[in-house]
Amino acid sequence: MSTSPENPDRALLAWAKDRYPIGKFAEWAKHKTVPVGRGAFWYYFGGISLFLFLIQVGTGILLMFYYKGSADTAFESVRFISAKVPFGWLIRSVHAWSANLMILSVFIHMFSVFFMRAYRKPRELTWISGLVLLALLLGFGFSGYLLPWNELAFFATKVGTDIVGVIPVIGEPIMYVLRGGEDVTGSTLPRFFALHVAFFPALLTVFIAAHLFFIQMQGIHEPEAWEAHPEQRKTMPFFPHFFMRELLLWLITLNIVAVLAVFFPAELGIEADPFSSAPAGIKPEWYFLSTFEFLKYMPAHVGPLEGEEFGLLLISLGFLLWCLVPWIDRGRSRRITTIVMVTGVAILVFLTILTYLGFAA
Amino acid sequence: MPPPEQEAAVSAVKAASLTEMAPNSGKIFKFGRKPALIVRQPDGTFRAFLAKCTHLDCVVQYREDKERIWCACHDGFYDLNGTNVSGPPPRPLDALEVHMQGDDVYVTRKS
Repeated sequence: MSTSPENPDRALLAWAKDRYPIGKFAEWAKHKTVPVGRGAFWYYFGGISLFLFLIQVGTGILLMFYYKGSADTAFESVRFISAKVPFGWLIRSVHAWSANLMILSVFIHMFSVFFMRAYRKPRELTWISGLVLLALLLGFGFSGYLLPWNELAFFATKVGTDIVGVIPVIGEPIMYVLRGGEDVTGSTLPRFFALHVAFFPALLTVFIAAHLFFIQMQGIHEPEAWEAHPEQRKTMPFFPHFFMRELLLWLITLNIVAVLAVFFPAELGIEADPFSSAPAGIKPEWYFLSTFEFLKYMPAHVGPLEGEEFGLLLISLGFLLWCLVPWIDRGRSRRITTIVMVTGVAILVFLTILTYLGFAA
Repeated sequence: MPPPEQEAAVSAVKAASLTEMAPNSGKIFKFGRKPALIVRQPDGTFRAFLAKCTHLDCVVQYREDKERIWCACHDGFYDLNGTNVSGPPPRPLDALEVHMQGDDVYVTRKS
């Protein structure tokens, strides 16, 4: 291979090959495949979630140029971003919409993995790391929601942190740390800002890396039918076939985000006032609506527990069982698999109905 | 862990005046660092409570149409004694004492 200045691309490649095992990587990439079949479309949502996360990082950095994270300045700084900074409204809207779409995409990804039973051995840790990522993303969304310091965000944070405080023993200290005191005040805002721009991104990066590492180690889950009928096995190369398709979907996703951000820009609302009543029609972001609505239907007391404690206990138990799904359904009993799948459908329907009721209320 | 807060020593707060509040109305006022609610009942007498909902901490308000105290967050209701009467709130509101001084309405902690 020539390393002459007339061939700078090749020269660069030769320089890199001398120093790094690029040949091995190229060989690995050449043999990496993705299953092709009825469920193949759902495989793209993991990548779409990653793309939306990258949009979040980019727009988040731009917003930080102007955002001021204290109770006296936060609302005005967001108003300044929306009204004065060139394209500030667009960046803020893209940030808000891509956050919502990212969580939607992660939910679709999680349920598609569930219904394809891709959580089974040997992918238990991929499932768990995915659930940790979902929890971190919900924390990401929750911490970001307060940052504009508007009325809706203020009360959503009051309710959300109070729910944390219900957890026995550790709940109250955690709530105290999150709030920076007994109540949600100006002291809460810098804490949420730090969580949103440092703590959650750092943890999320670690878990995304772990999640991707597990997928690279074990490959993408193949349909169960192929075990009995190996002749049906059909794959496509990851590079470039799947990769180019994924890039096309990223482009479509970017367009969807742009259209939503332009036609439905993020609103700012009214500045938070800790001494005003909660407004009628207060609602959290859509991904917390089902929990919000569920707690609304709890009676004041259930046995020795207060309604909110009982509700939170049920939600925690549900989430724990969801984490344990790979160990509950190991594929050894058709009956257990059926029960788990029907439960999954019931959970999906239940969450959808509660979310709808939350919107309609 | 944040340092412990010094609670402002609040003994009495002027919450409203007679002329300011019509019967069957409510108003949020600052009681030290906490929001509190004063209600002028339909019979013209006053009641006051800390305005923190006992369910999930939202600030409650007076609903004139229902003559009850309402939390918008989860649709919880309290009667004019502060007792939780419907919805998810598990306990009554913390009541405050009301004292009249001429036309002024002062509120203190329950003795």
